[in-house]
Amino acid sequence: MTPHWIEYLPPLIEGAWVTLQLTVFSTFLGVVMAFLFGVGKLSHNPFIRAFSVAYIEVFRGTSLLVQLFWLYFALPLTGQAIGIDLRLPPVVAGVLALGLNIGAYGAEVVRGAIQSVHPGQHEAALALNFTPRQTMLGVTIPQAVPEMMPAFGNLAVQNLKDTALVSLISLGDMTFRAEQIRNFTQDSTVIYTMLLFMYFGMALVLTAIMRLLERRVGQWRPGKG
Amino acid sequence: MLFGFEWDTTNALTLALSILPILMVGLWVTLQATVLGFFVALVMGMVLAVLKGARSRLVSWPAYAVTEFIRDTPLLVQLFFLYYVLPEYGIVLPAFLTGALALGIQYSAYTSEVYRAGLEAVGHDQREAARALNLSRARTFTHVIVPQAIPRIIPAMGNYLVSIMKDVPVLSVVTVLEMLNVARIVGDRTFDYLVPLSMVGGIYLILTLVASSGVRWLDRNLPNQGIPLK
Amino acid sequence: MNDPIIRFDNVVKRFGDHTVLDELNFDIRKGEKVTIIGPSGSGKSTVLRILMTLEGIEGGVVHVGGEPLWHEHGPVGLVPASQAHLHRMRGQLGMVFQQFNLFPHMTVLRNITEAPVKVLGLGKAEARDRAEELLELVGLSDHAQKYPHQLSGGQQQRVGIARALAMRPNILLFDEPTSALDPELVGEVLNVIGQLSEEHDLTMLLVTHEMRFAREISDRILFFDQGRIVEEGSPAQLFTSPQRERTREFLGSELDRVLAV
Repeated sequence: MTPHWIEYLPPLIEGAWVTLQLTVFSTFLGVVMAFLFGVGKLSHNPFIRAFSVAYIEVFRGTSLLVQLFWLYFALPLTGQAIGIDLRLPPVVAGVLALGLNIGAYGAEVVRGAIQSVHPGQHEAALALNFTPRQTMLGVTIPQAVPEMMPAFGNLAVQNLKDTALVSLISLGDMTFRAEQIRNFTQDSTVIYTMLLFMYFGMALVLTAIMRLLERRVGQWRPGKG
Repeated sequence: MLFGFEWDTTNALTLALSILPILMVGLWVTLQATVLGFFVALVMGMVLAVLKGARSRLVSWPAYAVTEFIRDTPLLVQLFFLYYVLPEYGIVLPAFLTGALALGIQYSAYTSEVYRAGLEAVGHDQREAARALNLSRARTFTHVIVPQAIPRIIPAMGNYLVSIMKDVPVLSVVTVLEMLNVARIVGDRTFDYLVPLSMVGGIYLILTLVASSGVRWLDRNLPNQGIPLK
Repeated sequence: MNDPIIRFDNVVKRFGDHTVLDELNFDIRKGEKVTIIGPSGSGKSTVLRILMTLEGIEGGVVHVGGEPLWHEHGPVGLVPASQAHLHRMRGQLGMVFQQFNLFPHMTVLRNITEAPVKVLGLGKAEARDRAEELLELVGLSDHAQKYPHQLSGGQQQRVGIARALAMRPNILLFDEPTSALDPELVGEVLNVIGQLSEEHDLTMLLVTHEMRFAREISDRILFFDQGRIVEEGSPAQLFTSPQRERTREFLGSELDRVLAV
């Protein structure tokens, strides 16, 4: 007779695939948000700056689960009130909540890294007559990215862990599958031990990938080339 | 009706006003869970930090592995694990205590790093100076290193206190009636999620903004030269 | 040699309450090589930074190539310059920085080609050919594919010079180009600057503490103190028979400094 844990594997792996997709999509959205609003917070335009600060404070200042429930339960009602269908499929609500949340934390990382670029670099860029946009894209951000990588690595792992919360809006991720199996078999110890180790394994792989990426973007740095 | 308070669904404003006391009951639970979870995190983090600093690798290595494992797995799954697995071994805790314990365990991985970083930030020269003065190792630790580490540790811990507060809503999955859970119940019964969930968001925003400025104030105003233990 | 290529007309620069440049006036003619000397904090670097548009001014008018730099001609008199005007004016100037300020994430070659391609719209191949010529000029042909951190300070500064020249400026500003270098590396950078000074079209404005070098290459020396020009003249005049007490004092202290090293 095969041990039970082997029977649990296929549904858990199916869930792991969903977890992986959620992590990738929401991290991608998070990175986009982080750059948009991290740069926005340093803008000379007061409206862009205020909007960026508001985004960062709201999504860092409220709980991720509150944001997820708001998008999933409250947003459709707002839509109803103004006559637009804002009902989101769970996967969209999940990716949005995760991405917007992690993006707010990432925005502070991006801002900090951009500010850490030496002012002499901006002066050199100005002396060579780069436009502010060319300076930002060609000089500042390429130098700031390696600075951001360790923090982004932590955020990516944080994001992987946070994907577990989407099981609460019945999205079939790894945690959701584990819950289903537990309801069915009551074999809690085995299932949750497996689940913990699967998250751990995914986190280790993710960390390794982020380290590789970190080395890749920082090739030009002293002692890294 | 919930906790003895009626709601008034005439319009959004009356609903908001009438459910505010209900949400406050939930908030009280949230704050209790935060404080208890934080306390567990402080104690357990200290234990992990000491173990990681042990001279024997047989002690320090497992402590590192455990920290990494806790840090890399979701709070929700750890909570499920405690909630469903502990009773199988005869340990039956109220959901609230299980939740606070899960929060404490998750954050002990982070607080243990805060202790270590705080202690390591006290420079080598301070240790050498203490040795030159012929202070014992224990006395050096309690009278030289710890007082200087505290001002670095406190603000970092404050940030984790705020993070724990934001993670309390996860406890709703094991029936803890914290603020978000209360808001959902109100939503289920009034068919209006928008008002209660937005209010929870607003209350969280106020709390974290106040708490974060408190942490910043501490960061600025703690004496840099250290805080004596006496 | 008629109209000045650079003219400072009663220029005032303040940092808070501190007046760095106090109604400063001077002219520089096309092709002239001028060195500004003076104690630190005398405002000499500020002059270069104003010309490079890294610092604004609080009063007066700066002219470059006959046009106001920080102003534009409005319907009635001068108005503060727009970004477009500053962008156009900057094309005439190049700057070599004390800390080199090379782009650390680009190879030497790309440091030199990036601006010509992006700003001047040069073709990649053309920019590359030009960069290779310039690298030969500064004696670094073998280092094109290296990153700045793989070079010595003196080599980095020579790349800095090549990078500035790649934009074909009429005026080249040197802000203490050898101050951040180890003494044994100063010579190679001065050699390159000296070589450039023989090019008659290029106007050079140099801030340095290398008195002997200043004397060799300069047409004229300006001695700055407390935001004003205390004395100016040919190198021979100023170094051998300074008229002002303050100048003598400064040159004496510089001599002590050099001898002390």
